[in-house]
Amino acid sequence: MTISTGANAGLTSATETGPCTRVSIDPRGPRFGGAITTVVLAIALITMGTAFGIAVIAWQTIVFALGAFIGLRAQPYGWLFRTFIQPRLPAPAELEDSAPPRFAQLVGFGFLVVALVAALLGGTLVSTIAVAFALVAAFLNAAFNFCLGCEVFILGKRLTRSN
Amino acid sequence: MTGFYLVLAILISATAFGLWYRANNGRMRTTDMHTAGADEHGGETIDAQTIGVTLGTRATLVQFSSAFCQPCRATRQILGEVSGMVEGVAHIDIDAEANLELVRALDIRRTPTVLLLDGAGRIRKRASGLPRKADVIAALGDLD
Repeated sequence: MTISTGANAGLTSATETGPCTRVSIDPRGPRFGGAITTVVLAIALITMGTAFGIAVIAWQTIVFALGAFIGLRAQPYGWLFRTFIQPRLPAPAELEDSAPPRFAQLVGFGFLVVALVAALLGGTLVSTIAVAFALVAAFLNAAFNFCLGCEVFILGKRLTRSN
Repeated sequence: MTGFYLVLAILISATAFGLWYRANNGRMRTTDMHTAGADEHGGETIDAQTIGVTLGTRATLVQFSSAFCQPCRATRQILGEVSGMVEGVAHIDIDAEANLELVRALDIRRTPTVLLLDGAGRIRKRASGLPRKADVIAALGDLD
């Protein structure tokens, strides 16, 4: 027996009453996107300090912004997956909620904004560190199905909310 | 070339971390049993009132979930199956964000985190990350 709504204690189930609109997606999409993001961020690190490097960071910032604020369907790597990869794959065993990968896009956006501003102001070290963090997260997501929201969301709430 | 070596170093360390993560994620660990009975921080025992449901006569699986957590759904399914299969085992899924006080008292840091309580409400096992069904069943067997 599973109980997920203890009304007396004011408990609610995260899986049924999350803050985001529930959209189900193919779980292979975000992992494919994570792989491309890994390559893009690696190029950004290698070309750090050049105009091309700044352009790469700017591009990835826009990609993360689209994924986080508009949706995974608007994200270019998601579009690549749906257009070229998904039609060649068998149907996914099960669908997944889009909220966790969108949260990861938002965290990635945060790092990339810092990286972009720092790069534009000539702060190469800060920019390098910010891109490095985003690279680690993207790589772990693509290679090990690492769930960023699982690791940082509750810890963040614990640190930032008093009640 | 510095950037290239930096990327290489990052990918190698991230791979090492990833392998460790995969090997340890979701493992049921035996919790420290040095103090039986509740303390004022709610460290070792959970009663029915705290989680708002009646405890299972044999065991209770207390799951903490969050909104941005992919494996929480699969965890919920696995624990639901186990509690449906094994007599006297209850399962509750708690939204960690809405219960931060409890989350702090139990030192929940990531989701999903699963606590396995015995019939008396003592926390006997703890797993963070998606647990394997066989491990959950084995952990229930360890209770007796």
